[in-house]
Amino acid sequence: MVNLPVRLGSPAVAAPAGVPPVAPSRPLVEIEDLDFSYGVTPALKDITLGIEPRKVTALIGPSGCGKSTLLRCLNRMNDLIEGARITAGSIRIHGVDINQRDVDVIELRKRVGMVFQKSNPFPKSIRENIAYGLRLQGLRDRARLDEIVERSLRGAALWEEVKDRLGESALGLSGGQQQRLCIARTIAVEPEIILMDEPCSALDPVATAKIEELIQELRARYSIVIVTHNMQQAARCSDQTAFFYLGRLVEHAPTRDIFTNPANPQTEAYVSGRFG
Amino acid sequence: MPAPAHPFVSRSGGARRLEPVVFGISRAAAYLILVCGAAVFLDIVVKGGATVFQTRAPFVNVAFLSEAPESLYVFEWEGRQMRLGDREYRAFKQAHPAAAAVPAESYVYSSGGIFPCIVGTLLLVVGSMSIALFLGVCAAIYLNEYARDGRFIRCVRLAIINLAGVPSIVFGLFGFGMFVIFFGWNVSLLAGWFTLAFMVLPVVITASEEALKAVPIGFRVGSLALGATKWQTIWRNVLPYALPGILTSSILGIARVAGETAPIMFTAAYVVRDQLPWQVERAMDGLFEGVMALPYHIYVVSSKIPQNEFTERVQYGTAFVFLALVALIATTSIVLRNRLRARYKW
Repeated sequence: MVNLPVRLGSPAVAAPAGVPPVAPSRPLVEIEDLDFSYGVTPALKDITLGIEPRKVTALIGPSGCGKSTLLRCLNRMNDLIEGARITAGSIRIHGVDINQRDVDVIELRKRVGMVFQKSNPFPKSIRENIAYGLRLQGLRDRARLDEIVERSLRGAALWEEVKDRLGESALGLSGGQQQRLCIARTIAVEPEIILMDEPCSALDPVATAKIEELIQELRARYSIVIVTHNMQQAARCSDQTAFFYLGRLVEHAPTRDIFTNPANPQTEAYVSGRFG
Repeated sequence: MPAPAHPFVSRSGGARRLEPVVFGISRAAAYLILVCGAAVFLDIVVKGGATVFQTRAPFVNVAFLSEAPESLYVFEWEGRQMRLGDREYRAFKQAHPAAAAVPAESYVYSSGGIFPCIVGTLLLVVGSMSIALFLGVCAAIYLNEYARDGRFIRCVRLAIINLAGVPSIVFGLFGFGMFVIFFGWNVSLLAGWFTLAFMVLPVVITASEEALKAVPIGFRVGSLALGATKWQTIWRNVLPYALPGILTSSILGIARVAGETAPIMFTAAYVVRDQLPWQVERAMDGLFEGVMALPYHIYVVSSKIPQNEFTERVQYGTAFVFLALVALIATTSIVLRNRLRARYKW
């Protein structure tokens, strides 16, 4: 099993011995010439993309363009889908190819958390939802668990709303609260990268605004990759934007450039609402 | 022909005449079932109740529920007809030596109770359901969570469906050949457990799979994305929520395991056994001895012994206790399931 070095660019934490130091300019995630297919149907073609640490990267594009597929490649959730596989190219995180044989997918997923389109709180109490990932790792100490539960809920801007009912079922929360609970659950296991797959598509505008606000706070500590259908959302809360069309990466640039000065005419047509 | 008063006047036709006929037939069929069910149930409750309950305190015939079957002896003594069980008869002869000379009719199994049968049936149900649930849930987990669909899995499913269609007497013969003879377990509790378990296994597997499928996929991916292994996900985040559904299926299994006579008649049931299953020299011996069981006892007392006015009491009493026992076990499972359901709701 390969130990991915602890958070890159964090001066307090030195890279463990044995891992070659990575040049600071190098992106955290490097996707190189990636081809991906479901069975015989190609889904991604020739994707090369670098994802910067502690930035919000938005993946946009019309339905079926492969942006969610790419997102799921980053924590290998595609492993669960029969016949889905990478046919060429590589994805490296901290310079380590995450699809190489000795990478343990469990360790990878602890470091690369995921928030899903449909909020999926477990039918347990709010506290147990947050503690779930920690219990998996064998943490039993009640005080320590409570401490992390509080920290994670605060981190997801949910603490004030639920602190008096941690023992109640998480299913009693509103849709937006449930989604923030899922974010809290993800940050409880201290990931480095958080993947968000259209996290607001089922939420009303007020709940969406709260999540977007939260994303702004989270980017100080985490690298975030967010798939969204909502272009205003991408414009509001991302630093980098990548536009996909028909399984290809059309354009990747700072968000401001994509929305004000796109280099590619297809990008321009999409962001200005002329198709997609 | 005068014009109709309005456009919605009924026009007679075949389809309309058929309507009341279909309604009548379907309603009659439903009522017929009710009548049949009530007749069977009332017959057993009324006649069996006469055996099991009594008008004097403690109102329940304790001897019938707590003693072993005995022969009944009927003879004339000082102008009265005496009806005594085996042990009472012997005591009576000791007290009145002259009674030994009086001719007595003996009726086998018509006195005493059915305690060993109750115990045997309970043991058979608990043991075989434990085996069936363990094997069935494991197999369902494999089929639903781990296995990838392919030719082999299709064969497994086909085998399960076929197993469900096998007549119970064939299971009995299978158990006899496999466990009693080949494994050398003889006619024993253990052989009965496995035979009955294999009989209900298809039901348990199918229902467990349905229960697992009903758990939302989001619970699985959510757990995996937090760094859980597959087994951690199944154990902590899938199985608890599938458990009520699995129990529902096992309730049906209980009634079947308790009720089937054919699978145990070659593998586990004794016509009569003097000791209770735990009255053995070594603890393990109990597993390798047969037991008496309620359905088999009903079979024996209603078709294997001479019928007379004294056997009916035992036949109906046993049937009544049998029904009550199955209802009791099923109710317990339902209560348990409802508790689980309330605890794991989504």
